[in-house]
Amino acid sequence: MYKQQDNIELESLQPQVSEPHNTTSRGQRDKARLPVKITIKKLDFYYVDNQALYDVSLDVEKNRVTALIGPSGCGKSTFLRTLNRMNDTIPGTRLEGTVKLDEVDIYRDVKDVSVVRRRVGMVFQKSNPFPKSIFENVAYSLKVNGVTNKRVITEAVESTLRKAFLWDEVKDKLQHSAYMLSGGQQQRLCIARALAVRPEVLLMDEPASALDPLSTTKIEDLINELKKDYTIVIVTHNMQQAARISDFTGFFYEGRLIEFGPTKQMFTKPGKKKTEDYITGRFG
Amino acid sequence: MNIAADKRPTAAIGYSATYQYKPKSSGLLPRSLTFLAVLIIIAILAVIMFNIVCGGIGVISWEFLTHPPERGMEAGGIFPAIFGTVALVILMTIAVIPIGVLTAIYLQEYTRPDSKGIRLIRLAINNLAGVPSIVFGLFGLGFFIQWIGGGIDSLFFEGGRPVWGQPAIVWAALTLALLTLPVVIISTEEALRTIPRELKDASYALGATKLQTIRRVILPQALPGILTGGILAVSRGAGEVAPIMFTGAAYYLPYLPSKLNDQFMELGYHIYVMATQSPDVEATKPILYGTVLVLLVLTFMLNSAAIMIRSRIRSRRVNV
Repeated sequence: MYKQQDNIELESLQPQVSEPHNTTSRGQRDKARLPVKITIKKLDFYYVDNQALYDVSLDVEKNRVTALIGPSGCGKSTFLRTLNRMNDTIPGTRLEGTVKLDEVDIYRDVKDVSVVRRRVGMVFQKSNPFPKSIFENVAYSLKVNGVTNKRVITEAVESTLRKAFLWDEVKDKLQHSAYMLSGGQQQRLCIARALAVRPEVLLMDEPASALDPLSTTKIEDLINELKKDYTIVIVTHNMQQAARISDFTGFFYEGRLIEFGPTKQMFTKPGKKKTEDYITGRFG
Repeated sequence: MNIAADKRPTAAIGYSATYQYKPKSSGLLPRSLTFLAVLIIIAILAVIMFNIVCGGIGVISWEFLTHPPERGMEAGGIFPAIFGTVALVILMTIAVIPIGVLTAIYLQEYTRPDSKGIRLIRLAINNLAGVPSIVFGLFGLGFFIQWIGGGIDSLFFEGGRPVWGQPAIVWAALTLALLTLPVVIISTEEALRTIPRELKDASYALGATKLQTIRRVILPQALPGILTGGILAVSRGAGEVAPIMFTGAAYYLPYLPSKLNDQFMELGYHIYVMATQSPDVEATKPILYGTVLVLLVLTFMLNSAAIMIRSRIRSRRVNV
């Protein structure tokens, strides 16, 4: 319903490059694996003179949950923020290497950074709804991306709130301040807000670290549901969470990607000593 | 038991000797000293207010508020001065708020706060706030009237009488705007600084541009702070006489200002004139008192209107 009616208004939101499916040209990829959504190659990242990431290379597969783990300050959040160019907002940062989204280099081939951020949404550690109504929080995403049709906005707000499993809880108080929601609800509102621009990738920076166990479960269920439609990259401190929800896990330590592989393998027979030490809780 | 004499064995907790608690000061001295300071302020304010209200209340009448001065200001009202003051303050606000807010946004959102150039600009703004107001008056005369106004005249109105190159309400308002600019910039900057980074990040992460973020997230959040700046600017500007003496305020005018290049009467200047230039000071004294009272009440009203608007915005933001 919403998908058909908003074609004209949301045209500008559509990916500007066609989605290539020619995975064969990229080598003999396992048939069971899905196409790669984001390819990171030889990424170095600097805050002024401090190098935060060293030579990180990684493939993020489409419609999978990729978890990034590692001790505080290991660069996993910095890495996450390179995937939608959020680090551009911090003065004095510099990046070498490539980040390709569907074969498009988001640093060199894309002039307008907001195009990248529309395609790669982000949810932050601390829920950060705007001091506006619940409705306006979700509508904001559409408005800043050029959607003006009121009916389209209303329908999009409902459908995204439904997607975030929040609709039934808030449908009677859409005009209330977002600050009146509980912490978990606020975080799901932020997820809904990110989904409203219909991104292809969703980045989550410890989305449940400030929430109680029940709210955390709800967020995790939501992530499981969302991976049907989105590619998800999640940073988490919680190893059980990574084990529960992710398909792939990357372990960062001191700015380097120590190990990356299917979650099951990472947690049962990690290839590196460092990974094993961290996962078994010997440090971190 | 007397606490000051509390001698207890401390061996149990590891000390070998006994020791004595020092008696603590009761805190009465600092308390009474600070209270005295407050009392002095309140007393001075009370004397001033009492004096003005007692002297002025008798003169205040509908006639006084709605009629022009008569017989060398010994009779009649002060309507032109009230009108001029309100018009002046409104024009000043229209000029100072956009320039001040845009400056603050530039400094806060588009520059790196630690850079040398920006620190220099901040220093300049702070110094601007310390410049004596008479200097602003002379600057306004030289810059606005002679240079800009005179320039316009020599370009478009050659030969005739000065049209813009003369004291006028617009020049006085702009001079006052300069005087109050630092207040607006500083309080707007203060408001912008308190906006959490997370909110800006949230907006950028949704694909909003910087301009959209400023317009839809930052400015609504900063609005109460901007209004505070406006309130302070109005309070400061409405009482200033020195900047407008040379730039537009008139001793006496038989008409109200209706164009931007008209001169105008103003309450503060009117008070100054009555107090210093009147042929019979005793005869104008009641009117003088009344005028001072009106100026006070007017400033108070402008202030409370702005405060009311601000608190309404604040409460609307919390409850939506």
